Amino acid sequence: MNQQNLPLYEVFVRSKRGLDHRHVGSLHAEDATQALEYARDVYLRRSEGVSIWVVRSSDITASQESDVEMFCDPMDDKPYRHATHFKLPKEVDNM
Amino acid sequence: MSSQRKALLDYCIALGDDSLTLGHRLSEWSSNGPFLEEDLALTNVALDFIGRARMFYAYAAEIEGKGRSEDDFAFLRDCREYRNFLINELPNGDFAFTMARQLLVDAYDMDFFGRLAGSSDPDLAAIAAKAVKESRYHLRRSEDWIIRLGDGTEESHRRTQDAFEQLWGYAAEMFDMSAQERQLADAGIAVDRGALEAGWASKVQAVLKQATLEVPADDWSIRGGREGIHTEHLGYLLAELQFLQRAYPGLQW
Repeated sequence: MNQQNLPLYEVFVRSKRGLDHRHVGSLHAEDATQALEYARDVYLRRSEGVSIWVVRSSDITASQESDVEMFCDPMDDKPYRHATHFKLPKEVDNM
Repeated sequence: MSSQRKALLDYCIALGDDSLTLGHRLSEWSSNGPFLEEDLALTNVALDFIGRARMFYAYAAEIEGKGRSEDDFAFLRDCREYRNFLINELPNGDFAFTMARQLLVDAYDMDFFGRLAGSSDPDLAAIAAKAVKESRYHLRRSEDWIIRLGDGTEESHRRTQDAFEQLWGYAAEMFDMSAQERQLADAGIAVDRGALEAGWASKVQAVLKQATLEVPADDWSIRGGREGIHTEHLGYLLAELQFLQRAYPGLQW
């Protein structure tokens, strides 16, 4: 079988105590059903999780590195966007 | 040893032999799989079978009570002492042959271990309860592959059809009961395998139909595995499997 023809899938696993699915890696498979089965064999061999998501890598729209300033800068000139900017009343002790 | 105890010992050895021979065959795919993901999946399944063999042999050793270990059963018995079904020892052939055999065996295992989980023998029931969970996954894989291959390209269809033609007559002995096994079944310990055939046939036929494959004709069968009469292939399999223990007796990891 020519692996070049098999689409790539990204695999997300939710661990036993985890609340969210985390990206664990990727694999090749014919379709989503097969990708789920292979995800079990490739990424869940030591009971790493209780739930799996797979998604076609080509269905992910990703930001570009060149856009990092636009998307990801911490916006340091807008301190009011951070919770620490606001002075808490004394009555609210630890928040 | 009572005759029932001896029957139980033979039963465990035969079930261990089924698992070990097929597990060994599947392990031969390691690093030879069609692609990385499938290579891992095949060897995972191989490990499931080898794990079953260990449990059956360990239980057999306990029943026998002569100080033999699971390794002695695996490595120090020759062909005629092996009691596995012939279908498990056949060489892997191509990928279609390997998956066609898996479909026939996995469909059988699902029913067989499902019933053995209700055995009056608690050890057998516990091993079976673990095995049936694995077989559910194995069967899902083999069904999936047979449908893909049968309903795939002209070449994959032809190879898969050929595989079922070559395998079909080897399935028959999976449903033969010996007098000794009948005795165990009557005691609620063993499974009446004869009663599994109809369900197995309809399951397999449904998958073949979905895969656009023909159900082969029931016009030949080869039997003898449970009596220790094997194909020529088992000797080569055991030669590789047992080489280290034969050449260096007692060698440990």
